[in-house]
Amino acid sequence: MKYALFLGCNIPARVVQYEKSARAVLGLLGVDLLDIKEFACCGYPVRNLDRTAFLLSAAHNMALAEQAGLDLLVLCKCGFGTFKEAQHQLFQEPEMKEKINGKLAAEGLRYSGEVKVKHMLSVLYHDVGLEKIKESVTKGFKALPIAVHYGCHALRPSAITQFDDPVAPVIFDQLVEATGADSVEWSARLDCCGAPLTGINDSLSRKLTARKLMSAREGGARFLCTSCPFCHVQFDTVQEHMESKNDGGRPIPAILYSQLLGLAMGLPGEGLGLAENQLDISEITSYLS
Amino acid sequence: MAFTVSLYVAVFVFLAGLVYRISRWFTRKVGATGRDIPPWARFREALSEIGRVIASRKIFVLINAFVLEILFQRKILKESPLRWVMHLLIYYGFILLLLMHALGGLVSANLFTDYFSTANPFFFLRDFFGLVVTAGLAIAVYRRFILKVPRMHSNQRDVYGIVILAVIMLSGFFLTGLKITSHSVFNRMVQDFSIVSEGEEEYEALESLWVKEFGLVSPNVEPPFDEALIEIGREVHDMDCAFCHAPAQWSPGGFAVAKSISSFAGALDRAGVTGFMWWVHVLACLVGLAYVPFSKMSHIIFTPVGILVSAVTDRSSASAANTATIQALELDACMHCSTCSLRCSAATVYEARGNDYILPGEKMQILRDVADGRPIGEKEMAALAEGVYLCTNCDRCTVVCPAGIYLKDLWVDVRDELLHRPVPVAAVLSPYSLLRGLRGEGRTAYDYLPPIERAWTAAAGGFDAAIDSDEPLDLTLGEGRERPPEDAGSFAYCFGCRTCTTVCPVVAAYDDPGDVLGLLPHQIMCAMGLGLTEVASGARMIWDCVTCYQCQEHCPQKVCVTDVLYDLKNMAAERAGAVSSGGPPAEAA
Repeated sequence: MKYALFLGCNIPARVVQYEKSARAVLGLLGVDLLDIKEFACCGYPVRNLDRTAFLLSAAHNMALAEQAGLDLLVLCKCGFGTFKEAQHQLFQEPEMKEKINGKLAAEGLRYSGEVKVKHMLSVLYHDVGLEKIKESVTKGFKALPIAVHYGCHALRPSAITQFDDPVAPVIFDQLVEATGADSVEWSARLDCCGAPLTGINDSLSRKLTARKLMSAREGGARFLCTSCPFCHVQFDTVQEHMESKNDGGRPIPAILYSQLLGLAMGLPGEGLGLAENQLDISEITSYLS
Repeated sequence: MAFTVSLYVAVFVFLAGLVYRISRWFTRKVGATGRDIPPWARFREALSEIGRVIASRKIFVLINAFVLEILFQRKILKESPLRWVMHLLIYYGFILLLLMHALGGLVSANLFTDYFSTANPFFFLRDFFGLVVTAGLAIAVYRRFILKVPRMHSNQRDVYGIVILAVIMLSGFFLTGLKITSHSVFNRMVQDFSIVSEGEEEYEALESLWVKEFGLVSPNVEPPFDEALIEIGREVHDMDCAFCHAPAQWSPGGFAVAKSISSFAGALDRAGVTGFMWWVHVLACLVGLAYVPFSKMSHIIFTPVGILVSAVTDRSSASAANTATIQALELDACMHCSTCSLRCSAATVYEARGNDYILPGEKMQILRDVADGRPIGEKEMAALAEGVYLCTNCDRCTVVCPAGIYLKDLWVDVRDELLHRPVPVAAVLSPYSLLRGLRGEGRTAYDYLPPIERAWTAAAGGFDAAIDSDEPLDLTLGEGRERPPEDAGSFAYCFGCRTCTTVCPVVAAYDDPGDVLGLLPHQIMCAMGLGLTEVASGARMIWDCVTCYQCQEHCPQKVCVTDVLYDLKNMAAERAGAVSSGGPPAEAA
C-alpha cells in the first residue's frame, strides 16, 4: 500500500505533531508514503479570491501524484475537500480542465483526473481496516470519553467528498473506539469548528468554537479528537486564547487521531509530538491500560 | 601612476560604499517592528548585542555556520547540486585568483619566495582558476537563460553580476594570449632581463625558440628553424628566461587564445591592443571592486554577514531595535538566487494570477527598493501588499534560504506595515489570515481590526446604499439588466424553502442575522435569480460564510449554495481591489 503523502502548508509550519504521529502510525500499519518535493498549496485559501488559482493549485498537486503513479493521502480535511471539489469541477468543465492543463504543461505536468484523493481516516478505515488496527492496539484506552470531531470539509458536500454518511457518519467514531476510547454522543458533533473564519471574523469564529466546546462538555468528553490541522489549531491554539480570556468553561484539549492511535499502539508520546500541542494533553496517557 | 591612482580611487569608493550600505542597516525601515526607533539607538543596541555574542560561548555556533554555510554552502547543495557546483567554481576560483594573482605582490610574494606570476605553479594556476570561474559562469548562464529554472527572474543586477565576472575572466585570457604572441613585450623583456642584444645571433636564436615553442609571433623570424639555432636559443633561455618563465602551454586558456589569434597577432601588437587589453582587464577589476557595495556583488560580503548574524540570533527574544536592524541587513544579504521562489507553496497562485510579488525572491527585491526610498507607484504597492498576503506561511522559503534570512518573520512584519496603509487589501478576507488570527490581537504592531474592516467595506461596494434605499428595486430588464441565462448557475433551481438559512450556523450565531449579514443565504439565491448579482456580492453574509457546506448538503433542489457564495466572493474580491492577473507574469525590471 503506497501513497503520495500530501502535507499541505499548515502542518509543517504549525502542526508538526500531526506529520510526526501520522508517519509513525502509518508506517507501523504497512502504509508506504512517498514525499513529493514539488507539492505546493492545495488552493484552499485562494478559493475566496480566485477560482482559476484554486483549480490550478489543486490540479498541480494531483498531476504530480499522477506522474508518480500514486494516489494522494491527505492529512488535512480542508485540503481533502479542496481536492475533491477541484476534481469535481474539472470533471464537469472540460474547457476549464484544458485551460488548467495548458498552464501545467509549462512544468511538464498533465492532470487527467485518474488520481484518487483519500483522507488518512479513509485509508485507515477502508484500506488498512479496523481488524488490523485493533490488532495493532497493544495498550488500549480505558474509560476515556472522547468527543469525535468530524469537521466539515470531508463530510460535505457528501456527493462530492464521498467520505461517509453526511448526517450519521461512523468512520471516525469507529476508528476512535478501535483504540479503546469511548466516543461520546454530543449534539454539536457535526458542526463547524469555526477555523475558516479565524483572522477574518474572530468573534464569530470563537462563538462557533465555544458552542462545540459546550456541547462536548455536556456530552461528558475529556478530550476532542481531530484529524485536520485547521480544526486542531482551532481547538488547541484558539481555545487556549479563549481560555486565557475566560471565554468558556473547563478546557477540552484536542488530540489528533494519529496521536491517539499511536499511544494505543504503544508508541511513546515524544515520537507522537504530544508536547507540541498548545493545551496540555499529557494526562491522556493515564487512561492507557 | 595612472594605475595607482585608479586603484586608490576604486578602493576608496568600495570602502565608502560599504560604510554607506552598512549605515543603511541602522536607518532603513522595513517592517513594523522597531519602526520608530532612531538609527543611533539601533546602532547602540547592535553593538551591545555583538558584545554579548562575543562574550558568550556562541563562537562555536559562528564557526559552525562559517564552515558549513560559508565555506561548504551546505544549504545550496541540499537544494540543487548543479547550483552548488556552479557557485563553488565561481566562489573558490575567484577567491584564489584574487589572493594569488590580483594580490600576488602582497599575498603570494610573501608566502612563496620564488613567486613569479609567469612561473609554475602560479602561471598554470592563474589560468586554471580563471577557467574554473569561467566554467562556473557558463553554468550560471545555462541555468538562468537556457534551462530557465522556474520562477527565477533575471534582473539587471543579476546580468551585471555575470557580465562583470565574464569581462574580467575573458579579458584576462585575451591579455595572456596577447602577451604570449606580443613581439613588443618580447623585445622589452629581453632588453630588461637578458644580456643578449638585438642583432646578435643569440637574439635571433632566442626569438626563434620562442616562436617555435612558446607561441610568440614575430615579424623577423619564421619556421622552419635550424636545429642548431634553436639549441643556442635554448641555452640563452635556460640562462636568462627559464627561471621566471614556465612554457606558455602551461596557461592552456591563454595559449589557446594565442594560437587562435596568431595569424593577426602582429597587427594587434602594432596597434597596441596588448596595452589596451591590460587596461580593460584592470579597469574591469577596479570598476567591479568600486561597484561592489552597490551591485549584486555586494552579496560576497553581506550574505556571509547575514548567515553569521542569523546563526547567533534568537529571533523570538531579539529586541525590536535589533529585529529592525537585522531585517534591513537581510535585504542586502539576499542575492536573488530565487530558491525561495522555486519552492514557494503559493507558486501555483503566482502562475494563475501573474503577480510577481507573490514570489518571495521578487518581494525581497522590491522591499529593498522601498526601504531605500525609491518611489513606488500605487499599483505596484497594491500588488506588493497583496503579494505579501498571498502567502500560506508554510515557512518553506525560510527553511531553504541559503543566506539564512528569516523570511517568515520578515513577511509578518512587512504585512503589518503594509496593512496599516489606508488602502484595502482584499486578500485579508481569506484563510490567508489564519496566522494573523492565531497570533492574535496582542501581536500585531498596529490595531488588529482596521485592515479587516477596510476590506469588508471595499467588498460591500454599494450594498448598503442599494438595500437601505427607500426606492423600490428596479427589476426592469434591459439597460444592463439581463434575465440570467438558463445555465446561469444552480441558484436558478431555488424554490425558496429556506432550508439553507435554517441550517446555517452563521445565521444561528446572530440575534439579528439579517441586520449583520445583509442578506441571508436564501435571500442571496433569490437576489441572483432576480439578476441582482452585483448587489448580492456586496452582502456581508458571503464573508461570514464558514464554508461548512450544510446549506449545499441539505438543499432539496441541489443548489450549490456554498459554491455560489464562493463565486460571489471572487466577484467582490475583485471589486475590493484584488490585483487581477493581466496575462503572463512580467519579468522584474
